[in-house]
Amino acid sequence: MANIDYQLIILGGGPAGLTAGLYAARDRLNVLLVEKGVVGGQVLVTDWIDNYPGFPDGVSGSDLIEKMAAQTSRFGLQTKNGNVVKVELSATKKKLTLESGEELTSQALIICTGARPNKLGIPGEEKFTGKGVSYCATCDGPFFRNQEIVVVGGGDTAIQEADFLTKFASKVTVIHRRDSLRATKVLQEKAFANERIEFIWNSQVVAIEGEKEVERIKVRNIADEEKEIAVSGIFILIGTIPNNEVLPLEQLGSDKHGFIKTDQEMRTRVPGVMAAGDIRSKHVRQVINGAGEGAVAAIAAEHYLSGLD
Amino acid sequence: MAGENVKHLTDAEFEEYVLKADLPSLVDFWAPWCGPCKAIGPVIEELAGEYSGKVQITKMNVDDNPTTPGKYSIRAIPTLILFKGGEIVDQVTGAVGKTQLTAMLNKVA
Repeated sequence: MANIDYQLIILGGGPAGLTAGLYAARDRLNVLLVEKGVVGGQVLVTDWIDNYPGFPDGVSGSDLIEKMAAQTSRFGLQTKNGNVVKVELSATKKKLTLESGEELTSQALIICTGARPNKLGIPGEEKFTGKGVSYCATCDGPFFRNQEIVVVGGGDTAIQEADFLTKFASKVTVIHRRDSLRATKVLQEKAFANERIEFIWNSQVVAIEGEKEVERIKVRNIADEEKEIAVSGIFILIGTIPNNEVLPLEQLGSDKHGFIKTDQEMRTRVPGVMAAGDIRSKHVRQVINGAGEGAVAAIAAEHYLSGLD
Repeated sequence: MAGENVKHLTDAEFEEYVLKADLPSLVDFWAPWCGPCKAIGPVIEELAGEYSGKVQITKMNVDDNPTTPGKYSIRAIPTLILFKGGEIVDQVTGAVGKTQLTAMLNKVA
């Protein structure tokens, strides 16, 4: 295997990738983690995490990532910053091509490219992104001190961040397309008890309008009645879509939303290719199972590599 | 070491130091409460070392300096704006990586 650079490459440096990297580095594999931005993934934009065990008082997303990254460094995990534009997979060789033209090859690959916030796909959304339209409460919340804003969504992220945003905003209106929330009960209780949070049920935002910045939105309910609401900010927290653009989905196997299918050892149907974290087809997308899957995938990679000897 | 190369700007200094400067400037609009801002901090410091004498690498705390971010309609951070001759050359928001920032800086360096 003289013409192959690494035993293992991990693509993506969120909790799944960093945990896979930790296990692989401790197993003394010749491993490289490739990350296009900075390590952390979606956890970086999470203000506060109360459900990761070992932190009885909770931990901020950026602190948790800093600790995970420090732990991988302790075991010498090598990382590289680069944007992968092509992934070519065969049983004997996995090849990544970077935007710079550089090629990286490995015997095994763990895909941890994660997911990113879903968009509403309505008029004004793109135009006002960063100018009142946001997908990250912890990054942008403080720009809306004493202002009225809306949160779109009804899951854990939407409800937790709606509560967080009341630290700044004078009023937060949650707009949800159903008549009940999907969020964890503890989060629901907190939100219902928060006097600054109001709810608009059975409704969808259909347009975002303004001059230079967001000034108002149009909301339509299931009875097809439309109304305008004056707001300076709209936080869109309606789930995620997979970061799968460079992946050969047909070869790997994916669900109808484009998330990668694996077995319970995180193996895809391509020999030597594992997937872990939010890119996987699954129901639960939490930091804890992302990290857990990273560990399982690294062990599956070790087994695969030892079978090659 | 490299951290010493990053100039921390105030609203009062912005015009003189960035808009009227001979050298191009990258301004990293950030705040202490912002996780992604914290994550790209080390990258900014590295770039400051590497582009010393070619591009001024600066940071502005948006909590302490509300005027300049307001002028550029910044309502999301980290936002990084590259200025040359008083004009915006390029702009990016989010925890972008070193490769992308290097490509941006090389437009003016």
